[in-house]
Amino acid sequence: MSAKHADTIVMPTRKSPVPALTFAALILVLAILPAFFYPIFVMKLLCFVLFAAAFNLLLGYTGLLSFGHAAFFGGAAYVTAHALKVWQVTPEFAILAGVAAAIVLGLIIGAVAIRRQGIYFAMITLAMAQMFYFFCLQAPFTNGEDGIQGFSRGHLFGIIDLNETMNLYYFIAAVTVLSLVLIWRIVNSPFGQILRAIRENEPRTISLGYSVQRFKLAAFVMSAGLTGLAGALKALLFQFATLADVAWQMSGEVILMTLIGGIGTLAGPVVGAGILIGMQNFLATSGLPVTMVLGGTFMVCVLLFRRGVVGEILNLLERRRG
Amino acid sequence: MTNNPAAAPADAGAPRAVLSARGLTKRFGPFTAVNNVDLDVCHGRIHALIGPNGAGKSTVFNLLTKFLKPTEGRIVLDGTDITAMDPASVARMGMVRSFQISATFGDMTLLDNVRVALQRPNNMSRQFWRSLISLDRLNRQAMELLDRVGLADMAQLRANNLSYGRKRALEIATTLALEPRVLLLDEPLAGMGQEDVEHMAKLIKTVSRDCALVMVEHNLKVVGDIGDDITVLQRGEILARGDYATVSADPRVREAYMGSEDDSH
Repeated sequence: MSAKHADTIVMPTRKSPVPALTFAALILVLAILPAFFYPIFVMKLLCFVLFAAAFNLLLGYTGLLSFGHAAFFGGAAYVTAHALKVWQVTPEFAILAGVAAAIVLGLIIGAVAIRRQGIYFAMITLAMAQMFYFFCLQAPFTNGEDGIQGFSRGHLFGIIDLNETMNLYYFIAAVTVLSLVLIWRIVNSPFGQILRAIRENEPRTISLGYSVQRFKLAAFVMSAGLTGLAGALKALLFQFATLADVAWQMSGEVILMTLIGGIGTLAGPVVGAGILIGMQNFLATSGLPVTMVLGGTFMVCVLLFRRGVVGEILNLLERRRG
Repeated sequence: MTNNPAAAPADAGAPRAVLSARGLTKRFGPFTAVNNVDLDVCHGRIHALIGPNGAGKSTVFNLLTKFLKPTEGRIVLDGTDITAMDPASVARMGMVRSFQISATFGDMTLLDNVRVALQRPNNMSRQFWRSLISLDRLNRQAMELLDRVGLADMAQLRANNLSYGRKRALEIATTLALEPRVLLLDEPLAGMGQEDVEHMAKLIKTVSRDCALVMVEHNLKVVGDIGDDITVLQRGEILARGDYATVSADPRVREAYMGSEDDSH
């Protein structure tokens, strides 16, 4: 064996400056964005950016298409709203309660769904999310059609008043950026490599001795927890938790965002959420039929940019380089 | 093969089986795909499983590796009954398989492909909080494995960009990373050009010195060249077994292969 030969070629993984620069740019953009846009709009956008990024952790990096993520998003929103309104805890505890609820839900739905693959996996997640929807419709604490509303956002750590818009803005921006860093870390970690291997070839990963079910469940729960964080932030932002957050349309919307932006890319969900929320906002006042325009956009994306906006750009760059 | 364990250690001429199957049977509804197959695979030897199409070779293979559950029969690996185990567990016990369609992680580099295999034995598969740089300490080992199959200078390429023959070589490197005691190769030479076939046959022979090796293969020339023990299957049952000379002289085997023998050369 020519170990010497091997030695000359081993190159350590270089620490790329790109991620650090990207996150620095993101922070900069978030700092100046409120000067140009209505902060509430930017905050709503951030909630969906986080939602789509958490969803992409599962779809893009593990290859699992969940059609039930609304359950985690809306479930966490309900619990956070309930904690603020009824338990009257500080917002950070309300958010933690929401995330915990999403993790528990993720464990239950995930444990059942990962036994099947492909379309069956998607159908099980959808079915269980619908069961949760009807639970929310009937359960007394959600107030049915009315939802939970009319509560104060409270003071973060008992000190910072989140009813001040800019305080809330910096809080949501910080949580979103930290979560995106966390997702980036998970994806680029030893654990993330195994998820990628599962996505690329599941039987092969099993034959290498990995219990892929456990890895899938872990990824599912991580995705559910981060989705819950997004839902909790949204409830805090709008002081409102409603059936729309747990409805299947919400699961569909996050799939759209991720696909339009580009699955399996870190920036994809950010761009996709931006496009979708931006269009919804613009179309709401334009008098155009919103769902038809969104549906048309989706079809164009699927037909023309199969990798999504970011995916196509990255592909173009890669081809130019070599 | 002797069935008396007390006699085995004294008898150096007959190595003990690492992997044994007894009465292996698999039915799919009314159809019996594999019927009452006995098999012994020994350390340092290549055991070839041959037979015409539909003979049940791949089913036997999937039964041995636990990707299918046998309807009847017992499988023993190193004295442990593995009949009821799942495929990941038997892989952790050192029984590793390859796939008929080459199984690489296409979107990952060759180095990453091999590192994925090394991560588990090195307890580096669950850390979601650590940087990828932490995996660099596997590089040396990974590069040695790639070097062994002649792919060291392509370590940074994506597996998708490899030719078919090289993908199979990468698969072997990935498999060897687990230091398997039993290696099962499902048609390792299928679809390869002549040059790759020779290279791969040599590689398989070398690898077999350190493990027990089972392969399903259609290329009878290679089976004759490197196979030590040969089992011929037909319609799910064992038709003949022995070394290549014995098996190829068997009139029933010749009959079973009539017509298809020409294609295999």
